[in-house]
Amino acid sequence: MKSSEEIFAILKEKFGDAVLQLNTKLPKEAVIDVAPLSVTDICWFLRDNEELQFDSLTLLSALDDANGEKVTLEDGTTEFKGGTLSVVYHLESMKLKHKLVLRIFTERENPEVETVSRVWACADWHEREAYDMIGIKFLNHPDLRRILMPYDWEAGYPLRKDYKNPEFYHGMKVPY
Amino acid sequence: MLKTEQMVLNMGPQHPSTHGVLRLELELEGEIIVNVKPHLGYLHRCFEKHCEAMTYPQIIPYVDRLDYLASMNNEMGYAVAVERLLDIKVPERVEYIRVIMSELQRIASHLVAVGTYGIDIGAFTPFLYCFRDRERILSLFEKTCGARLLYNYIWIGGLSHDLPLNFVNETKDFLKDFKKTIVEINDLLSYNKIFIERTANVGVLNLESAINYGITGPNLRASGLKWDIRRDDPYSIYDRFDFEIPVGKGLHGQVGDCWDRYFLRVQEMEQSIRIIEQALDQLPEGEITSALPKRVKPPEGQIYSRVENPKGELGFFIVSKGQLQPFRVKVRPPSFINLSVLGELCKGHLIADVVAILGSIDIVLGEVDR
Repeated sequence: MKSSEEIFAILKEKFGDAVLQLNTKLPKEAVIDVAPLSVTDICWFLRDNEELQFDSLTLLSALDDANGEKVTLEDGTTEFKGGTLSVVYHLESMKLKHKLVLRIFTERENPEVETVSRVWACADWHEREAYDMIGIKFLNHPDLRRILMPYDWEAGYPLRKDYKNPEFYHGMKVPY
Repeated sequence: MLKTEQMVLNMGPQHPSTHGVLRLELELEGEIIVNVKPHLGYLHRCFEKHCEAMTYPQIIPYVDRLDYLASMNNEMGYAVAVERLLDIKVPERVEYIRVIMSELQRIASHLVAVGTYGIDIGAFTPFLYCFRDRERILSLFEKTCGARLLYNYIWIGGLSHDLPLNFVNETKDFLKDFKKTIVEINDLLSYNKIFIERTANVGVLNLESAINYGITGPNLRASGLKWDIRRDDPYSIYDRFDFEIPVGKGLHGQVGDCWDRYFLRVQEMEQSIRIIEQALDQLPEGEITSALPKRVKPPEGQIYSRVENPKGELGFFIVSKGQLQPFRVKVRPPSFINLSVLGELCKGHLIADVVAILGSIDIVLGEVDR
């Protein structure tokens, strides 16, 4: 059983700059920030290393941080320019009974993250949901389609903070 | 020359054995399944988007509607998560009542799972026995809080109502009768030769891929791992009770087959009875409203908190920015994740086995689609 500090030290030694920092100031959870394009390598290491053995991905969640510049458009609605989206990975080792939270930040305009769906099979659907709801593009994902929304939904990504309900869906009026 | 061609067959969304609105796209070679593609989202209700516009207590009725067969457990999971975020300690009596309600609800949920699984396979009678007893649990809930399925009963820091008069005795009577029902279910269904032939050695889920797919709850335990959040990451007062965690043993086939998954639920009901009996005996007097916060406004921070639902590990990832509304609520729905293994399990089986496998995974589409 290892604490987040120990795991951070191991990762920092192995991956250097790709492991950005350890946040312990956030209440309740210690979070390790890593770089979006090296997350797959880090996850393979976390899963297969003898001392760590993170065999289970409990939850993968995507967030809209809404920290960009708020722009008011002509029709009175607001939109965010710049800022970040983030993806949070809750990992757990069922053998060694320790937990870890990884987080990555990615640009709002070009949200590209490496997939971990080959490391843990359940990440496949989690990542599809993150793509569906927040619009994060997982590179090298085997089948990145929408999962809960209709496949032909064109109005954007619903869980973004500046999402606007569409007036029409394929020419049909949306009734509310 | 003989040529084989693959055929695509749609199963659902309106199909009784999909337990809701799930569409499966089956790729077939003759009657053998080559690939299964589930299509979800027919019941999508924007739960997570709604949460961002609601205050914390207002979310509870929405939480009820995730896994609508286990609303008490959902409320418990959400309440525990927010209480951990707020550092609230709830009174003893509340904790006991919550455990009693959660375990009763677990029995009710497993009764639906077991009963409808019988129907899927072709045995109608056990379903009636199951629903007769589930009805008694729902009546107990109705006496307590006025609702039969969607309760809004467990609040952040407390409960909406205290137990009604005579609740303890009525529950004890029910448990006494229910023990006989389990024997009946076992006689009618579990050890029925036709049922065993139909489910043993079908859809075997080995432990390694179960963990890799993030499977939790009865499905994981049926594959042979003793893993239960109530014991491994205890919440509420579960560490005070004496209960066993059944695991799949492959009595009639291999470990992790459909029969194991089915029978594990029967065994879990027995354990739930044990927990309820202990909780009823220890139930302290006291009041239930003292820890209810006037205004729920957690400090900035984030938390992932989880409980053991009848279907598996239900987790809430809540990000707070110090406002009355959460910044983001992300649910870890056990059914959603358990369903993702379906394609893997069905490969190489017959079409008729899809029904058996899907029923044994025990999903609720309200939770899959949210």
